[in-house]
Amino acid sequence: MKCQECDKQAVFHITELETGEVRELHLCEDHARTYLNQSESAEGDDDEKASGGGLTGPLTVGQTADELALLDKKACPMCGITFFEFRNQGRLGCPHDYVHFEKELEPLIANIHGAAQHTGRKPQRPQADEGSQLSEGSQLPEGTEELTTVIGLRRSMQEAIACEDYEQAREVRDGIRGIEDRWLPDAARDPGSPPAGPPTS
Amino acid sequence: MKLDTLADAVGEWLRGTGPESDIVMSSRVRLARNVAQYPFVSRMSDQDRGEVERFLRERISSSSVGKELDYIDVGRLEEIDRQFLVERQLISREHAEAQGARGVAIDGLEQVSLMINEEDHLRIQCMHSGLDLRGAWEQIRGVDDQIGSAVPYAYHPKWGYLTACPTNVGTGIRVSVMLHLPALVITRQIDKVFRSLHKISLAVRGLYGEGSQAMGDFYQISNQTTLGKSEEELVEQVGDVVPVLIDYERRAREFLVRETQQNVHDQVSRAYGILRTAQTITAEETMQLLSRVRMGVLLGLIGDVKIADINSLLIRTQPAHLQKLRGVELDTKDRNIERARYLRRHFEGGPSGSPN
Repeated sequence: MKCQECDKQAVFHITELETGEVRELHLCEDHARTYLNQSESAEGDDDEKASGGGLTGPLTVGQTADELALLDKKACPMCGITFFEFRNQGRLGCPHDYVHFEKELEPLIANIHGAAQHTGRKPQRPQADEGSQLSEGSQLPEGTEELTTVIGLRRSMQEAIACEDYEQAREVRDGIRGIEDRWLPDAARDPGSPPAGPPTS
Repeated sequence: MKLDTLADAVGEWLRGTGPESDIVMSSRVRLARNVAQYPFVSRMSDQDRGEVERFLRERISSSSVGKELDYIDVGRLEEIDRQFLVERQLISREHAEAQGARGVAIDGLEQVSLMINEEDHLRIQCMHSGLDLRGAWEQIRGVDDQIGSAVPYAYHPKWGYLTACPTNVGTGIRVSVMLHLPALVITRQIDKVFRSLHKISLAVRGLYGEGSQAMGDFYQISNQTTLGKSEEELVEQVGDVVPVLIDYERRAREFLVRETQQNVHDQVSRAYGILRTAQTITAEETMQLLSRVRMGVLLGLIGDVKIADINSLLIRTQPAHLQKLRGVELDTKDRNIERARYLRRHFEGGPSGSPN
């Protein structure tokens, strides 16, 4: 990888948290030294930190902590996991996290894999049900984002039931069925009353 | 499926056949997959867990590959049976120790295993004896296609197959070989080899995967990254380094025979002696000694033992197997006595005597 400031080989890979965003820097030795000197002098200058004015370099400590705290509270609308919980467990909560936390995850994933684009196989999609209203003439998309919204819908259905708003719960349930029918043809599913499975050995 | 019937066979990873099987014990490929409409395992409610288990079990059993598989409800197994499956490398330690609805579907040859509700909803594994990554990959690709045409795997055009841990995202593939490298251990070259493997993004693990100790000079080499390369490229990445490692180990073995013949002969003979006469012995020591004897046999220093017997002893002296074969549950102390007795009886019966 080349230094982002010149044509030399990048030997320093720095991750900076700035205004709630994670920024990656890839620098050669010379530019890394210049960069790090800058940030040290910025951190050392309390007045500048307090006024917050004219800072183009990395964030000061106080701001970084605030931003981190905000980021930690960000929660996935589908499964409800916060970024803080993910950082603690190292495990994500649902497929939608890759979309919801994309900005935060991207540098992390790029760091682990040295890449940020899948180039391997794609799943063989189950055939869309021709009889279903939703699938009329439409092809299922490559990504399964739509089906994953069922995770959030299931949660709101449970909430509606808890509030005894059965009409709302029914509506949400019909919504879930519509999406599931489109993606999962031959499957009769009712999240509320799972049919008994075959015996196991 | 009756687990006890499996105890009579050695299982795929110790079958001791296939190319380069003097050094490469087995080749394994696994794929991590999740169902798009449920949270990942660590965030599932008990109800979700049950539904995912049922959904995948039904979809797997109605696929054509499913007809050749037996389903085991791991959640209902006794601890010893779960340990038994771990020893045969059909489920992971994490899967054995987890809670709640989970299961595994395995084929009669013990090559294919599909774990439900491990770290991901579905972990497909395919294992072949000896060096055969290509064969294992071809087989697992077929299984994945069949299951994938009935199960909506969580997938994103940019991130690929979505997994609970970002370290597996993309292809979700882990390609690994289990190597027996006693001569590199004895000649103290093993750390150097591992350091160079880390530099090319390959991981080294012990016998039972992540976090496990390297027992009996057995090591698993696998890819560390899963995104940005195709499955074939990752299979090749691991496959390319294996001949190099085989060559190192062979040269180290030759060196031992050439330069330290008396020493190495003494070492393997002592190992053999302990296995034949000990009155109490741990699983770890047994594995370590069997490893040395295995090398001794391959170097022609011990003439009257077969490699197949050593492989068979490697699995049958492990805790759950030992108890299954004995038919009773034993505590650690009694297991060590029973293990020594089993080994003595095996070697008493003559060089190729049946262990029964």
